[in-house]
Amino acid sequence: MTLPLLRISELRKQFSGVEVLKGINLEVRIGETVAILGASGSGKSTLLRCVNCLEVASGGSIWVGDELMGYRQGSGETVRRLTESQIAVQRRNVGMVFQNFNLFPHWTVLQNITDGPRSILKLSKADAIERSMTLLARVGLADRANAYPRQLSGGQQQRVAIARALALEPALLLFDEPTSALDPENVSEVTDVMAALAASGATMLVVTHELGFARAAADRVVFMDGGVILEQGSPTEVFDHSQQPRTREFLRKTLV
Amino acid sequence: MATLPSNQTDFELPLTQHPVDVAHALAPRRPATWVLSIITVVVAAQIVHLFLTNPNFEWDVVGQYLNSETVLQGVVMTLFLTVTAMTIGLVLGGVLAVCRLSDNTLLRVLASSYIWLFRGTPQLVQLIFWFNIGLLVPVLSIGIPFGPTFASIESNTLVTPLLAAIVGLGLHDAAYQAEIYRAGLISVDEGQLEAAQALGMKPVRVFFRIQLPQAMRFIVPPTFNSIIALVKGTSLVSVIGGAELLFSVKEIYSQTYQTVPLLIVASIWYLFITTVLNGVQFFIERHYGRGASRKSSSSLVARFFDRRAAERTLNRGMES
Ligand SMILES: Nc1ncnc2c1ncn2[C@@H]1O[C@H](COP(=O)(O)OP(=O)(O)O)[C@@H](O)[C@H]1O
Ligand SMILES: [Mg+2]
Repeated sequence: MTLPLLRISELRKQFSGVEVLKGINLEVRIGETVAILGASGSGKSTLLRCVNCLEVASGGSIWVGDELMGYRQGSGETVRRLTESQIAVQRRNVGMVFQNFNLFPHWTVLQNITDGPRSILKLSKADAIERSMTLLARVGLADRANAYPRQLSGGQQQRVAIARALALEPALLLFDEPTSALDPENVSEVTDVMAALAASGATMLVVTHELGFARAAADRVVFMDGGVILEQGSPTEVFDHSQQPRTREFLRKTLV
Repeated sequence: MATLPSNQTDFELPLTQHPVDVAHALAPRRPATWVLSIITVVVAAQIVHLFLTNPNFEWDVVGQYLNSETVLQGVVMTLFLTVTAMTIGLVLGGVLAVCRLSDNTLLRVLASSYIWLFRGTPQLVQLIFWFNIGLLVPVLSIGIPFGPTFASIESNTLVTPLLAAIVGLGLHDAAYQAEIYRAGLISVDEGQLEAAQALGMKPVRVFFRIQLPQAMRFIVPPTFNSIIALVKGTSLVSVIGGAELLFSVKEIYSQTYQTVPLLIVASIWYLFITTVLNGVQFFIERHYGRGASRKSSSSLVARFFDRRAAERTLNRGMES
């Protein structure tokens, strides 16, 4: 049994007094792909954003490897919050792909991908370009290296965003509904890339409404409802033999 | 609603003799545009005619003074005031904007108060105020706050019209510039900042590499507005005796009484400076417009430079 790379314990999050995450416990082992399902507003995005400190948790803890995300343990019981710069260093181990791609529109595709390796990993320009072109080839966009993001389709932009995240070689990849902003015919070009990643041994936490992708590519499926994890298990356990009426209702509505 | 056919099949396609091809269609008729254009041209021609033929403009006098030494000195002073005040405005304005957007309450309050004060009082009043700072603070000293002083100087010796002008124009401009920066900075989508953070960029880099370049598209046009306002605003300095362009022509026409032609001399120079600024603005906007649109730019000049840029990126791509 491999080690847990991500360990979320008793994670709580409030927005102005309203509890949105109510004690989440979740582990993701090295090489595992975990899909998170759940209705809109159930707290999936908030959970992902807490993992790389885009949101500050209200309680509990998140470990990525041996890093306590957002904090440093002092002597004894004390825990001290890190500065933004220190958090930036922790985030280099966690890649994130957003629903709206969020490519930098003032940079070409190649610049979007090379910037991280150049400025953060301190690769030479030639090495950074070589790594980026390899990644672009992997997502099938080597010929669009000099395009600007707005000149690409949504599916192409999302594949560039995946390449950008991969360029830093993060230990953990977070995906927040990566295909929800796409036209239906562009969904598979992105889920295909993600499935290949999962098969190649990447550690991924994926919020998605693509049940087909979850069933095929995920090692484990987690169902969230109202800020708690209601149920989790293998795709077969959750999709075909769910123990929870709420899960079954959600699956029925999503499949229609 | 009632006029719409209730059912698509009620439509009958018009029967045409020939198949239609819109490739060689004529432009639409626009009679109103024609009438208005003719009226505008006639009025404009009349105005130009008036300018050229009215002897009161004294174009020969204009020609005589346009390059005179006094006027040229005034032009240089106007340019100098513009550049120094603009530099103060751009730098201090940036600091103020960042403070105003910071999480630190003290910095926010200080920046807001500054903007409130310097935007809320007339520029002319501020200029006269700085020129007379000696009335408020007779002696300026350097030293430890509330402790010993190392050096001191009388305000009236230090604050010449020139210094008062630079400080007065610059501090006023900074208040406006701060708001221009802030408007640009908050217009950048939050998702951009989150993506940069998620990649592990540190805050300073997120600001200078992601937020500011995208904000520049919204910052540049109003900034040139305010630089052009500053060029003309330097004429206020004549009130405190700064020898800029308006002051120089005033000096001449107060002796020769050729008021109109000398004001035209000044106007021609102001127009010349602002025209050059318009050109600079065009190129800066182009630079920060990269990637902003799906379309490529359409003007001839823009297309020429686009091709050059495309060739450059292509070459760069080849190298890799
Ligand atoms: N910044 C915020 N401020 C206040 N409430 C928020 C904020 N972000 C999310 N929420 C609330 O938290 C709940 C969970 O949101 P989210 O994590 O985005 O759900 P999901 O991604 O599952 O659709 C929702 O009720 C949402 O309204
Ligand atoms: Mg969401």
